[in-house]
Amino acid sequence: MIPLSWYLLLSAFLFICGVLGFLIKRNIITIFMSIELMLNAVNLTFVAYATQLKNLNGHIFVFFVMVVAAAESAVGLGIIIAVYRSRETLNVDRVNLLKL
Amino acid sequence: MLHEILFFIFAAGCVAGAINLLAQKHPINSALSLIVVMASLAGLFLLMGAEFVGAVQVIIYAGAIMVLFVFVIMLLNAGVEEHTKGSRIALILGIPGAAVIAILITWILLRSQQSQAPIAIGQLHGDGASIGRLLFGPFLLPFEVTSVLVLIAIMGAVVLARKEDA
Repeated sequence: MIPLSWYLLLSAFLFICGVLGFLIKRNIITIFMSIELMLNAVNLTFVAYATQLKNLNGHIFVFFVMVVAAAESAVGLGIIIAVYRSRETLNVDRVNLLKL
Repeated sequence: MLHEILFFIFAAGCVAGAINLLAQKHPINSALSLIVVMASLAGLFLLMGAEFVGAVQVIIYAGAIMVLFVFVIMLLNAGVEEHTKGSRIALILGIPGAAVIAILITWILLRSQQSQAPIAIGQLHGDGASIGRLLFGPFLLPFEVTSVLVLIAIMGAVVLARKEDA
């Protein structure tokens, strides 16, 4: 028997790692991966609460989060490729002009 | 007893992967650590009886999305991340900010009585049949809307990634 709070604390830890990576990383691809990590942490919370409340709706929410994350990563990586084509860099500190 | 041991193995995988993602300088190493996190999360989902979600986690996240990431890292030939003045400011402001968020979330989680409830194996059975019955029953409209969203995402990715003068 594992208390719900262990799952929630693990999920909070993963979410904080995602936030920290989003803030301190300079590579645009790593920042994007941190966002995926945050989405995964929230999925863990959804499934843990679904199990505790004995309600399958949480699993459906996880499914929708995954679909949106897949769409988001496809568009986001397209944007990263477009940025790299015009700026020749992946460092977010060097991408600071609206127009070249 | 086995339940706790499995939980700690998968949780250790998650924690180690997440810390390694932050510690590594090269994006390909971060991507591989993220795959470890996602695979361990799939194990945790299976422990909670979420069979469908665990399978989808492996197929979509650890499979499709991470392959896409590794493809882009290879395609753009991303190297070790370089440090500029902005990165030091981000480090100084980012770590206290994240610490504040961590304390807030932990406090809120541990304050509620509900989070002390135990989770047993087999408490909820999220197999494909019951998920499918929910998706094509009460959640039919959101399901159809996501199909439109995915279609738009496909078109957006094609438009964004093509060459300007083509």
